[in-house]
Amino acid sequence: MLTIPRVLYDKIVAHARADHPDEACGVLAGPAGTDRPERFIAMMNAERSPTFYRFDSAEQFRVWREMDEADEEPVVIYHSHTATEAYPSRTDISYASEPQAHYVLVSTRDEHATEFRSYRIVDGVVTEEPVSVAE
Amino acid sequence: MAIEVRIPTILRTYTDGAKQVEGTGSTLGELFTDLEQRHGGLRDRLVDAGSLRRFVNVYLNDEDVRFLDGLDTPVKDGDTVTVLPAVAGGAR
Repeated sequence: MLTIPRVLYDKIVAHARADHPDEACGVLAGPAGTDRPERFIAMMNAERSPTFYRFDSAEQFRVWREMDEADEEPVVIYHSHTATEAYPSRTDISYASEPQAHYVLVSTRDEHATEFRSYRIVDGVVTEEPVSVAE
Repeated sequence: MAIEVRIPTILRTYTDGAKQVEGTGSTLGELFTDLEQRHGGLRDRLVDAGSLRRFVNVYLNDEDVRFLDGLDTPVKDGDTVTVLPAVAGGAR
């Protein structure tokens, strides 16, 4: 189960909409070991592509170091699909490298309805989980 | 003194859970070969056919070694090498 504050949910959706038709990506950091997403970090999509995303390596280094120094970890790693469903693709699964993170997928393929779903991806296995938005 | 190597969560199965290990070498390639002696299997996650794997980021202090000399990048005692798997994916 992913429990996410409304304000962070809205920020993810807004980011995905703003970057459409390119894929948007980012992180929600939270205190290590708590599974609580608290801090929104939009990341640059270094691929700037409608079908691929990649965190810029220098930005990722900075963000990961900041989290480490603040005793935080990436609780959510999110990205958007702009023409396909909000389900992890083969590449999403093969590159998933933070076993403790919730992988959030947003789809902006429909301009009126945004799909927002969350998954655990561990050792190549995808498990969808419910999303609880805390008001 | 040695070279400090920071290991991401997903590779800590090779280091008995340690988030940091030490190694020696005068280039990054030599360092990885040295680490392999004590952490068998780790090198293969970082190197493929003689070069750095595409979706693994390696930093010497603060710089991505892709902008330095890749595996030939010189390293020395007191340096910190950080490994971070790239975060990437896509529609397919």
